Order: sequence, then structure tokens, then C-alpha cells
Amino acid sequence: MGFQVVVLWSDVLVWLLLAAGLGFGVLIARSPPLLAAWRRVGANRVGMAAATVLLVFIGIGLLDSLHYRVRLDGKAGEPVRYGIEVRSLLDALATPLRTRNEKTYSAPFATRLYAKESIDVPGQGSVRDYPRLKFGGAHLGANENDVAADAGFTALRAGVLALLLWLVLAGGVAARVGDGTAVDASGWRKIWRGETALAWDAVLATLGLILLAALPLFWLASQYHVFGTDKVGQDVLYQILKSVRTGLIIGLVTTLVMLPMAVLLGIVAGYFRGWIDDLIQYVYTVLNSIPGVLLIAAAVLMMQVVIDTHPQWFSTAAERADLRLLALCFILGITSWTGLCRLLRGETLKLRELEYIQAAQAFGVSNWRIIVRHILPNLMHIVIISLVMDFSGLVLAEAVLSYVGIGVDPSMTSFGTMINNARLELGREPVVWWSLAAAFTAMFVLVLAANLFADAVRDAFDPRAA
Amino acid sequence: MLAYIFRRLLYAIPILVGVNLITFALFFVVNTPDDMARMQLGVKRVTPEAIQKWKAERGYDKPLLFNSAVSGRSTVTETIFFEKSARMFVGDFGRAEDGRDIAREIGNRMGPSLAIQLPTFVLGLFVTIAFALTLAFFRATAVDFWGVVLCVAMMSISGLFYIIGGQYLVAKVWRLVPISGFGDGLDAWRFLILPVVIGVVGGIGSGTRWYRTIFLEEISKDYVRTARAKGLPETLILFRHVLRNGMIPILTQVVVAIPSLFMGALVIESFFGIPGLGSYTIEAIQSQDFAVVRSMVFIGSLLYIVGLILTDISYTLVDPRIRFE
Repeated sequence: MGFQVVVLWSDVLVWLLLAAGLGFGVLIARSPPLLAAWRRVGANRVGMAAATVLLVFIGIGLLDSLHYRVRLDGKAGEPVRYGIEVRSLLDALATPLRTRNEKTYSAPFATRLYAKESIDVPGQGSVRDYPRLKFGGAHLGANENDVAADAGFTALRAGVLALLLWLVLAGGVAARVGDGTAVDASGWRKIWRGETALAWDAVLATLGLILLAALPLFWLASQYHVFGTDKVGQDVLYQILKSVRTGLIIGLVTTLVMLPMAVLLGIVAGYFRGWIDDLIQYVYTVLNSIPGVLLIAAAVLMMQVVIDTHPQWFSTAAERADLRLLALCFILGITSWTGLCRLLRGETLKLRELEYIQAAQAFGVSNWRIIVRHILPNLMHIVIISLVMDFSGLVLAEAVLSYVGIGVDPSMTSFGTMINNARLELGREPVVWWSLAAAFTAMFVLVLAANLFADAVRDAFDPRAA
Repeated sequence: MLAYIFRRLLYAIPILVGVNLITFALFFVVNTPDDMARMQLGVKRVTPEAIQKWKAERGYDKPLLFNSAVSGRSTVTETIFFEKSARMFVGDFGRAEDGRDIAREIGNRMGPSLAIQLPTFVLGLFVTIAFALTLAFFRATAVDFWGVVLCVAMMSISGLFYIIGGQYLVAKVWRLVPISGFGDGLDAWRFLILPVVIGVVGGIGSGTRWYRTIFLEEISKDYVRTARAKGLPETLILFRHVLRNGMIPILTQVVVAIPSLFMGALVIESFFGIPGLGSYTIEAIQSQDFAVVRSMVFIGSLLYIVGLILTDISYTLVDPRIRFE
């Protein structure tokens, strides 16, 4: 089966961001103060546990950022045609989740639909009952009451496998951490006592928990709808997985947009002062004085008009949704650079009065060289702290904006659109709670991990702030 | 003092002009009135005549900045910029899509917004400061640790979940208060209590952490050590010295927030069906009523600037060291 690679703009930015992150890592490795600060992050147990969780989320997001279109089957000699649907590597991996759609709502681990329907039973005519699901628990056949035993057994098997996998991983880590002389218990002992430079005990514990949760989940997901299905019968677990990328893009790409602007303008305003400073201050005061949500709303409304009046720009719905997502990141970035800019301006004002910078000026070093060599490195900690601190706020903001109707495209799965749909389901009798609960849990874990990691980074880079 | 306030007010004018220019550019330059008309009319009914009629009815049929068809002062005044943007400075916001006067609507809806926001704000401030002082009092103990953990967990919950969960539990399952709606007079409290409680609870996490940091910073200062060396009890130090000296950052938050209380809370109001400015804005966004959104942007920034000026004035009142410079 052939396929055509589709590169969405957001994919480009995501991979660019990854490359930038790696490049940044190389830079950090060369700069002793930054390296020391990141070492302190590495030694922070809570921070490293949070980082492990974040990495799993990022992994899911990256898998979901490789897009392609499947080649349609055609007769020989016909021109090659590709499916209209843009899929990602994650879709390919989660194919059973994506394709096994039921008719409508079904509860987690249910074998029957959540609504009664007329079913034709041979010999009895039409009966109103809850019809069997097409996929959920189909392998049980007639023994549909054995769900608990069957699922429990599957989960147990997966759990054992997870433990084995974890042991292999932990063994590998222990071998690396150990003295390296021979396979002995020195590595284990060091990890157990928390004597390693990197908080391996926290990383391994978190990994163990993740494996214990994820493996049974995926095993069960191939037989049941673990988190139930939504109104159109789509698996909720699949929607959660797809939401991760949206949240990450909002959180990461937005910072990519605002960072250059905030850093450049902040430093320039603080360093050159005078009318440049006045102008930049004026611009960010004006932007700041418009309430954020309203500015975003106004900008998104305008962008919506542009998109609606130019349908010819997009060849697939995915491209349109993607452009809207990026535009949202842009708008969020433009409305959120002011805070960081102000911080950097203040710090630059302080830095430029220091003796070594005045010495550099006296030696005739050019202004830009001073900025790049002396000022920028000394602002790095502020930049890093504010970047990791902003991330969780942006993920939360996406949910609210999508609820208001000025967030991502309604066709795009995100935590905000999931919550928006789930809201009406709570008003149903009997209540449909699983979509909301699943979205809540996934979002909570992501944002909590981001908050904890941000705290660890702040503690490491700015020891004064408690 | 008066001269200072006057100067601050003068300083606000260029900012308001800037806001006005930005919104004008956003609403009329990015998309022309023709685009808006197409959007409002829908795909099926778009004809050149319909667009012309739509524009004429709403006064969008004039040139953007300069009207060469007329002479004299009218070349400037008979333009979209003057009629739709500049007139906002005198409180003329024009009409919404449903034909109602926007300024009047805003006046009517300020009350309900304030009825929600004021109690939320006061209660929230009281609860978070009390909580933060408790944590600062028990600093470096298990109480502090678990308090911070609780705060981080509460911060990580989306505000939407507080609203959805609270509304579901309290109003639907326990049936303690009506699910949504708004009443006039004394009866209104039954509608108000749940949104207020949810608003307060939703703000506890980040608020407490912020105030706790401020208090801890104050506690580590020299005068506190002196007070302790004098033998003052810890509670006295906390309430008399730390709280008072932590007032400046607290005041900044408080005063900046006061004007924005009028704006209402977008999401809470729309969930609870409260006819305030927040729900007005959301309805306008969802029905793509550009005139209303434009007015709300202007009012929002006006209130923000008022807040900034109030903060500066209040600084000078709290801390005499800050001069009117």
C-alpha cells in the first residue's frame, strides 16, 4: 500500500521545535552555569517524575505529527489517487481504536449500547433492548457477563508484561549507573538510595507506573472501549490521544512565536533606552491593556472570516484546521509576549549598568556583540523559567477558548472540544460521564506534570524564589 | 497629587488611541466590510445588492479613512473610522446586529456582572490570603508542604471543570440551588451563590501560592528577625508586620482587578445564564456580532487603564516613600 507524505505547517514547526530543543541542549552542555542549573533540575525527584510524564505526552504528540495520505486502490494504468483523509503515524498505530466505531454512546467496558433500540429477535419479532456492541467485548461471544473476569485477566497479563519490561529497563539503567566493572548490585544500590546525580529513582518509579497503566490499557483497548464511546460511537481513548497533540502545539508553538519578539524587543528597549524604549513600552502597554480573551476573540473572529472567504487555499479539511490552529498560536503568542518582554527589559536595564558591560563598551565592543555575548546569556534563566511556567497556562487556555468557540477548529480533537461536547452529555438521563472524566483526567495529568516540572526548573534557575 | 493624577490621565489618552487603532485595523482592514457582510448573510443569500443593503443599514458603506465624495470637515467625519471607532470615545457604540443600542445594553448588564464578581472577588481575596497566611505560619512543616501540593493540584484543574462539576453536583444531583438563571432583588442570592463559590474555589490554587510567596519573602527580611529577637509572638509578627508590608503586591492585584469586575466572567456567566457583560460578550463572539465585540474591547481596555491609574495612586497612599514622580 503506497502513501503520500503530507507535511502540515504545524508538523514543520513541531519538528523544528524539537531540533531547536536539541540544539539548545548542545548549547547548554557548553555553558557551565546553565548546565549546573539543569543538573539541579535533574536531581529534583518531583521534577524528574514530571519530566518523565511530559516526555510520554510529547512522544504521543510527535507520533501524531507525522502525517500521510493513503493511496486508494485503483486499476492499473489509472492515475494514482490518494485518500482525502490525512492520517498520522499515531492513527496507524491506533487503527483498531480509530476504525472500530459503534453506533452511539456506550459506557466503559460495556458490551451493549447505552440506548435501547428495536432489535429483531428470531421467533419473537421486534424487541426493544440494548443492542450488543459491534466491537466492544465482541470476542466474549455469548458469555458477555464475564467482562470483569476477562478484563481482569487481560489486565493482569499485561501488568506482568509491564513489570518484566520495567525490569529490563531498570536493569539497563542500573548497569549504566553502576561502577561498570561487572554486573553487580552497585547500580541498584545507588539508585535505591537516591545517590545518582540524576534522580533515576523517581524516573524509574514513574516509568513503572506509566507502564503498569499503559500496557493493560492498550491491551484492553483492542477488545473493549476502555473509556467508552461518544455520541457518534468513536472511542474516547482515541480522542484523548489525538487531543494531546493539539494541547502540546498550543503550548509549545505559541512560545516559539512569542519568544523571539519578547527577547528582541525586551533587550533592545532596556539596552538602548531613549525613544526606542518609549516606543516599545507604548506598544506593549497598548497590547496589554486590551483584555486577553477579547483580543484573542477579535483576532480569531477576523481570521475565521479570512478562512471562510478563501476556501480555495486548502486542499483538505485537515489543512484548514491546521492553519486555524497555527493562527491561534500566533494570536496567543502576540497577546502573551508582553509579560516576558517587560521582565527582560527591567533586567537588561539592571545589567547594562554593571561594570563588565561598561568595560566592554569602553573597549569599543559593538552594541550587538555586547547584547549577544554578555546580556543574552545572563537573561537566559528568566527566559527558561517563564517558558516552562507559561506552558500549562496555555494548555488550560486552549480548553476555555475552544469552549467559547474561538479556539481550535471544531473538527479538530482537543481537550476543549471534548469538554464542550461532554457538557451536554451531563444533562442527559441517564448521564454520560465517561468522556468528561477521561478528558478531565488526561488534562489534569498533563497540566499537573507541566506545573511540577516548571516548579523544579524555577527552583533550579532562581534559587531565591521559594 | 492632583497634578500627578492629571498627568497620568493624559498618559492614558495615547494608549486608548492605540487600542482604538488596533481594533480598527483588526475589524476593518484585515477584513473589509464586504467580507463581514458575506459572513453575516451566509453563503446562499450573497448577492451584490444584499451586501450593499447590509452595509448601508449598518453604516459600513462609507470609505475607511477619507471620504473624497464630500467636502469640508465631512471628509474626515463621514468615514467608517470616525463613525465606528472614534465615536467610542464619547460613549457612542452604535447598534448590535439585533438592532439594540450597545451602550444601553452594557449599562443594563453591568449590574448582574458586578453582583457575581464583587462577592467572588472579596471572598476570594479573603480566603486566599487567610490560606496563604496559614501556610506561611506553618512554613517548612507538613502543613505547608501538603498545602502547596493541594494548591498545585487545584491550579492544574481547568476552570471549566470546576464549573461543570460544581453545577452538576450542587444543582443537578443535590438540587440545592437552581441550575441557572438570574433573579432581581433579594431573591437573586439563590442564583448567585453557586457561581460565586465556584469562582472562589477556582482561584484558590494560584492565588494562595502567589500570596504565600510574597509572605515568605517578607518573613525572610531583617525587620522580621528584629521583631522576633524582641520576643514578639509569631502571630503578631505575621498579622502586624508581614501582612502590612505584603500589602503593596496585594494592592496591585486588588486595584487592577476592580475595574475588570465590571467586565464579568466570560465562562461562568454563560454557564449559569447570568445576563451580564461576560455572557453578552460570549453571545456576541458566537453570533459574530462585530460591533459588540469591538465595543467590549474598547470598554475592557478603558477599565484596565483606569485600574492602572488607580494602582499608581494607591501605591502612594500605602507607601509614602513612593513619590509622585
